[in-house]
Amino acid sequence: MPTKEEIFEKIQAALVDALGVDEDEVVPEATLVGDLGAESIDFLDIVFRLEKGFDISIPRGELFPEDILTNAEYIQDGKLTEVGLAEVRKRMPFADLDEFAKNPAVQDFGNLLTVADMCRFVEAKLAAAE
Amino acid sequence: MRWYWIDRFIEFESGRRAKAVKAVSLAEEHLHDHFPGYPVMPHPLIIEGVAQTGGLLVAEYNAFVEKVILAKISKAEFHGDAVPGDILTYTTSIEYIKKDGAMIVGTVDRGEERFGSMEMVFAHLQTGHEDRNLYEPGTFLKMMRMLGAYDVGHAADGGPLVEPAHLSV
Repeated sequence: MPTKEEIFEKIQAALVDALGVDEDEVVPEATLVGDLGAESIDFLDIVFRLEKGFDISIPRGELFPEDILTNAEYIQDGKLTEVGLAEVRKRMPFADLDEFAKNPAVQDFGNLLTVADMCRFVEAKLAAAE
Repeated sequence: MRWYWIDRFIEFESGRRAKAVKAVSLAEEHLHDHFPGYPVMPHPLIIEGVAQTGGLLVAEYNAFVEKVILAKISKAEFHGDAVPGDILTYTTSIEYIKKDGAMIVGTVDRGEERFGSMEMVFAHLQTGHEDRNLYEPGTFLKMMRMLGAYDVGHAADGGPLVEPAHLSV
């Protein structure tokens, strides 16, 4: 299994190629959407690069469960409900959700994912595959 | 559809690589506006040609069952302009392909000169759109025939490329 540094470097390279950003912009705390300017179609590109680079399979919705936003049970008054938040925690165990949980507004949901989250996601996938 | 930005396939290796040529001609009306007195083929139309070369390669892999759309041009670099009389060769190869789509790399050559390079992502339109026909049935078959894909193409097993039976018209 590659080290954390090796995983980070590979993810950094994938994001530089997929998003046209500079290497020094891809820091662990950078958010994919807000800081690195990723749009929805970029996630397909990023997922392909991660799958190819790490020889893993990432089913749609696994890295970013966008279907949560279209489920009425999880959304109320523009915010995620307790049930919705619990579902996000279950589906995104690799993401640091503490800050978001204080005010889980739908418009901030898309900007949750950070580079560090992505590293943890890949680490967990690789560990599970061993 | 008459949005053809390649003239002929010269190689077509199913699931791997496709090579097409584009002859740039003053008979193309748009060149007289781009630019008046100084005809240059617009780079986006070269990208379109590479996307057609690679897109047909991706679609053929699944026997044209998946609805393939160009989702993203991840990278495109050019080192010059194409002018009337030029013969451009577009070479595309599949870097990665799966259920959701594919990534390809493409190059543009003018004779021995490497003229451009690009990376593209194609997406397979997801379920829920099965009823939506993007093209007339048989469009791809006619296109592949006209471009000579079945004259030069090879299937994955090395045998000749064959027309998918379900597309026959």
